[in-house]
Amino acid sequence: MNEHNLICDVAVVGAGPAGLAAAAAAKKQGAGRVLVIERDALPGGILLQCIHPGFGLTYFKEELTGPEYAHRFVKAAKEAGVEFLTDATVLEIGDKHLRVLGPSCGLLDIQAGAIVLAMGCRERTRGNIRTPGTRPAGVYTAGAGQRLVNRQNLMIGKKIVILGSGDIGMIMARRLTLQGAKVEAVVELLPYLAGLTRNRVQCLDDFNIPLLLSHTVAEIRGHQRVEAVKIVQVDDKRQPVPGTERVIECDTLLLSVGLIPENELTRAAGIAIDKVTSGPSVNQYMQTSLPSVFACGNVVHVNDLVDNVSRESEQAGRSAALFAAGKLPETKEIACAPGTGIRYVVPQRIALDGTDADLTLYFRVTAPGGASELTAAQSGKVLTSRKVRRVSPGEMEHLNLKNSVLTEGNLTVSIAAEEGK
Amino acid sequence: MEKTIKTDVLIIGAGAVGCAIARELSRYRLRVLVVDKNEDVGGDASKSNSAIIHTGYDAKPGTLESELVVAANPMYDKIAKELDVPFARIGGILPAFNEEQFSQLGALREKAFLNRVYDVDYLTASELLKIEPNLNPKVMGGLYIPRESIIDPFLLVVGYAENACQNGASFLLGTRVTAIHTRDGQVTGASTTGGEIEAKYIVNAAGLYCDEVAAMVGKADYCVNPRKGQFFILDRNTSCKVNHIVLPIPTKITKGKLMCPTIHGNMLVGPTAEDLEDKLDHSTTAEGLDSVARDVANLIPGVRLSDTITQYCGLRPNKVPEGVCVDVYDNLRNYVNISGVRSTGLTASASLGRHVVRKLMEIGLKAERNENYDPVRKGIRLLRDMDAAEKAAAAAKDPRYGRVICRCETVSEAEIIQAIHSPIPARSVDAVKRRLRAGMGRCQGGFCAPRIIGILSRELGVPESAIQKNQPGSYMVVGKSIDGEAK
Repeated sequence: MNEHNLICDVAVVGAGPAGLAAAAAAKKQGAGRVLVIERDALPGGILLQCIHPGFGLTYFKEELTGPEYAHRFVKAAKEAGVEFLTDATVLEIGDKHLRVLGPSCGLLDIQAGAIVLAMGCRERTRGNIRTPGTRPAGVYTAGAGQRLVNRQNLMIGKKIVILGSGDIGMIMARRLTLQGAKVEAVVELLPYLAGLTRNRVQCLDDFNIPLLLSHTVAEIRGHQRVEAVKIVQVDDKRQPVPGTERVIECDTLLLSVGLIPENELTRAAGIAIDKVTSGPSVNQYMQTSLPSVFACGNVVHVNDLVDNVSRESEQAGRSAALFAAGKLPETKEIACAPGTGIRYVVPQRIALDGTDADLTLYFRVTAPGGASELTAAQSGKVLTSRKVRRVSPGEMEHLNLKNSVLTEGNLTVSIAAEEGK
Repeated sequence: MEKTIKTDVLIIGAGAVGCAIARELSRYRLRVLVVDKNEDVGGDASKSNSAIIHTGYDAKPGTLESELVVAANPMYDKIAKELDVPFARIGGILPAFNEEQFSQLGALREKAFLNRVYDVDYLTASELLKIEPNLNPKVMGGLYIPRESIIDPFLLVVGYAENACQNGASFLLGTRVTAIHTRDGQVTGASTTGGEIEAKYIVNAAGLYCDEVAAMVGKADYCVNPRKGQFFILDRNTSCKVNHIVLPIPTKITKGKLMCPTIHGNMLVGPTAEDLEDKLDHSTTAEGLDSVARDVANLIPGVRLSDTITQYCGLRPNKVPEGVCVDVYDNLRNYVNISGVRSTGLTASASLGRHVVRKLMEIGLKAERNENYDPVRKGIRLLRDMDAAEKAAAAAKDPRYGRVICRCETVSEAEIIQAIHSPIPARSVDAVKRRLRAGMGRCQGGFCAPRIIGILSRELGVPESAIQKNQPGSYMVVGKSIDGEAK
């Protein structure tokens, strides 16, 4: 092992909402030195470019903008005594070790009692979804466009088509309209909305921006800059319907086609990754397969609401502080697996600590549906269930249960449509 | 009126061939000028190809193409070292999956002999599966071509160009030749969008456009059509990789679609071979990409195209009638016309550079050796290539080495600034990308492009709206936002 330049109890990678909440919670749990490492010049993460309101409705019971929401956590973390190392990049992590590089700190080898991974996610690209056509300027992911417009005060285009009805895409549709651009359409491959319904109402309907479900961009045109896109309707197998092609002239194509947890550091450290979420497999303490490493927020699975990220990350921070102090129980674990109609469940593992602590299982369904019952069962025995009026893959669901009711054997989460409804 | 530029040799085209000729000429005390319509070196075909340094085992024996490619391959160990270009001799394999393909192996090996490529060996199915475990298990046997190699094609061209530049050659980029002047059976110079040029010799190295340049002096007895090739680039984290250049047995129509590692550890899959007429058609198509996906699965059934990070399209010049030619003319005594360079052109550049200089001397170019010629071009020292001690030292000396701008490929601000101010400056987002790989990784510039626009704007002293992706007209942003104007 290398000589360490710096020693801390808990090191947090990333000062977005997950890292901020984890750091403050670790400190409050009694961790001595808590250090957050952030590559941007300021803490706050992607929230800094999310200048629209809609954050904090469940956590603070009031509506905040992204920077306001971030600021509350930065303030809380600083008041709790969390230290920040900004403008610095974590190059590698391992068991109780991080290597960091920054213009002011140089190369630092840091020893940490526990590490919390909170790197967030990246956006799916044109290449990921295999959109054919030319490769001109003017094809942006929604987040890159959002950074240019909201943090760098630059306008990315004048006539815009947005592919994907994810939340950032819809929010950017409104933002670009308010900045004087014409958003020609939001095009969605699926027959249903990918993001939250409230964003469709507030960002598209209120601005008369057409939403074209079951459509996709079949071709990008333009030699130097985007000149047009060809859109086409798709059938229920997502195949183009001949004869439905339409060309929309535009100078910009914005892609809001999904997020991928950013786990390059995690992979390089040999930590187990869930193939469905693309994030590390965790237990209810948000502990990864490498016991000294915890993870929270979008690096684990893509969340809809920052409020959920904050809560989940506080759990990770508390657990990391306990681990660093040698107080996190080591007990037998069971698997928590998706059953009928469920895409994934987080946590993927549950440590049977025998306490009556509340466990929250977060999961997404595979397809939209009406009135349904969500259940978590072990060996055929239903341990908890909840009825919902409708479900959508775009909206995360959850179930609560007590750890003490669990026995050995897989815990399975399923959904069943309610009969007669 | 702009001043006329005077030069001894004018090279039209700053692709691999044009830049290699410039480097060879910079070994002599000559004024050398390279002109290209594009804003950066790297031409057209030279920057979108399969990045392979071929052996020439499958060339048409007895042709100039065979001679040049076979001669060039061994030159790359030294060139890569001198020019600081990533290069690896990973070897190629040609597996046969049915009786018909298996029966062709002998003829393919015989052809390699005729091309003076003597080191091609037979491998059994089990030997092939041992060195290439993801190969289709139906493999019956195949050939091994040990010197088939991979290179960074962008840096090869930048390397040639910058080495030529540091030894005195000049580059006039973003400048289109509009006419070539002749008098009494000689060329005298050229008109360009950047002014008049007087030249003692002119070399046509315009690749895809060499027919149009040749037409300016009445020597276009051929035409060049583009042959489109579509490729996939896979994430280096993809689980199904190959160790070699895995080539299909060629058919009469095409060399087929291959899979190989890139020099940077990604997987490359492709290309298609589609004959076109439009030299500007750089578009990928759903059908083309689907055909790549379908065909490569025959070679490597486990290939995961869902791990694609990008697709691209290259246009290789397809000359009719075919054949690499370096022509000189009795009735146009100081002009060299290069034509027919195609997919093997990147490889052939090393020997073609020397071949063309020899031709120039044959037609009268007087050249004294440049005693100060330095064959070594130092590339930008890359953060990702440094060990911990060197990273620490680099960041201590220049703190901008500590600021990682491209997270996927670990590129620092210091490297980007060096590229912007290098001998052949990177003045666009893509020019930075080609030199450093910033934006070439799995997020495809989602995180770093906004920051690189800012760095380019600051370093070049122009507004962000003047920053191009690549060529003029490929603007990245239209200007300040309404909120930005208000500030």
